[in-house]
Amino acid sequence: MTHEYKIEMRGVTKIFGPQPDDVLAQLKQGRSKDELQAETGHVIGLNNVDLKVEPGQLHVVMGLSGSGKSTLIRHVNRLIDPTAGEIFVDGENVLAMSLDELRTFRRTKIAMVFQKFGLMPHRSVIDNVAYGLEIRGVDKKSRLKTAEEWIATVGLEGYEQSRPHQLSGGQQQRVGLARALAMDVDILLMDEAFSALDPLIRSGMQDELLVLQKTLNKTILFITHDFDEALKIGDQVTVLQDGAVIQSGRPEDIVLNPANAHVEEFVADVNRARAIHVHTIMEKGEFERCEAGVPIGACCEDVLPLFAEHDWVGVNEEDGAQVGRLTAKQVIKALARHSSAV
Amino acid sequence: MFPEFVNTRPLRVWMDEGLNWVVRNWGDGFEAAAYPSLVMLNKIEDLLLAVPWWLIILALAALAYGATRRFTLPAVVIIGLVFMGMMELWEDSVKTMALMISATVTAIIFSIPLGIVMARSTLVRKIVTPILDLMQTLPSFVYLIPTVMIFGPGKIPALLATIIYAAPPLVRLTDLGIRQVAENVLEAAQAFGASPSQRLFGVQIPLALPTILAGVNQTTMMALAMVVIASMIGAGGLGYQVLQGIGRLEVSRGVFAGLGIVVLAIIFDRITQAYGKQLQEQIGLAGGR
Repeated sequence: MTHEYKIEMRGVTKIFGPQPDDVLAQLKQGRSKDELQAETGHVIGLNNVDLKVEPGQLHVVMGLSGSGKSTLIRHVNRLIDPTAGEIFVDGENVLAMSLDELRTFRRTKIAMVFQKFGLMPHRSVIDNVAYGLEIRGVDKKSRLKTAEEWIATVGLEGYEQSRPHQLSGGQQQRVGLARALAMDVDILLMDEAFSALDPLIRSGMQDELLVLQKTLNKTILFITHDFDEALKIGDQVTVLQDGAVIQSGRPEDIVLNPANAHVEEFVADVNRARAIHVHTIMEKGEFERCEAGVPIGACCEDVLPLFAEHDWVGVNEEDGAQVGRLTAKQVIKALARHSSAV
Repeated sequence: MFPEFVNTRPLRVWMDEGLNWVVRNWGDGFEAAAYPSLVMLNKIEDLLLAVPWWLIILALAALAYGATRRFTLPAVVIIGLVFMGMMELWEDSVKTMALMISATVTAIIFSIPLGIVMARSTLVRKIVTPILDLMQTLPSFVYLIPTVMIFGPGKIPALLATIIYAAPPLVRLTDLGIRQVAENVLEAAQAFGASPSQRLFGVQIPLALPTILAGVNQTTMMALAMVVIASMIGAGGLGYQVLQGIGRLEVSRGVFAGLGIVVLAIIFDRITQAYGKQLQEQIGLAGGR
């Protein structure tokens, strides 16, 4: 049953402090997190977190700083050990691994991209990209060849022999991304990978990640504090607050039905026209073919201009078949839905 | 007068006799243990004396050029060393150089591993730090006397005293350098499955190298600072000339030998510093310019 998910966390709790087990027992008795933190001085990083990531999914975990999202992602490759709970990756129980098995697991199953890049300043770009392969024991010639290919893929040809500090932030993160991709593993952990970048560069990197993901089809766990980023790239979004999962679902579900006031606050600032995809609000079924049409992945922003000329806009599958239609009214309704509530 | 609470005489007697006992019973063992360092010192000295003077000057000038990529330092090296040769101090300078090099090499062999262990264990750091403080602050004559008693006057106690005085900064800076390695780089290494030794040799030591090199620089400087005292117990070289100058009230002898020490200090200081800077620039750490 664990195999249908690439990554699965069950009831994972992490308590930082000298006596985590005592605090855990009290937490299980139903005492509140704030109370315990004030009383015992322990910090509850994660509180009974369940997370399921399906194969090929780009799953975004989103939360403000202090919500425990960086702690969460470090549990997947066990850079942090949980106080309680179970973690399965690819059906394997990560917590049951010996140190040796854990190293093998990290070398062959999973790769990570870091917010602060985590590049080795004493190595050239190509040696940085080849680092994971070197640790894995791949011989020099083939690891450099692989590294070269990935450097080209992320658009850094010509920088092979540069040192990381000679590159801009965006370029450095490309190195970080290439280093993870060079591992050729199914699972990618991205810890606020684009958060340290300038807005324009960040947006560009997001687009590139989506393009790459289309061909690579990896399972990606992506951490961010940026809700727009989560909506833009996520197939699935999980919102974390104070170490607990508040809501998990498709981006539209979260925009259309925020679970609590905290999520609503994020949603309030969202550009709904871009966040809401037409296929979630369209009238499904077979209708007579509309003059104008948009692809199924389009968002409301894309159809709005078409209403200047047409009353109905069709929504088409990739093969061109029309699967539904929209009127301006439906779009306006969807966009206005929550503005009144705020 | 401070009142006498307890009679401390027995303690003093016990200490003095204890040392005598150690000298009688273990003296040979200590000498055997220190013998390799003596061999190393003699070998280095013989080698440097066998090499023609111009080759040594050229080699040091080349090192200086390699470190700085400029001609200023090589010029200083050549002028300084030729000056020493002309003042009939060549052989003494080479002997001093040999003492300094052996002390530094020995210090490196012991200090760097110790510094690494300190960086990894708080307990070891807590124990070793006061010992290092002691090594640096205890007046050298205090440990010179027992070492001379154990080894007899000669090169071994001179070398030991130099090492005791010169090694601490290298231990401290190795420890500091390793601990300063950025957490996020180490975490990345760990996430890719690096083993502890891969992390140590692939990440921590290379990134600590500029700091470790600063430690080597400090050690060479402190070793040179010890040469006059070392010459009192049997090390030859420039320090001995200074000592003789003082003894005979021959100011010129003391001054020129003293200047010789300064020249050596400048040469080795600038060369090691420049290499440290080069490393820092490669890594892109602050201050590398």
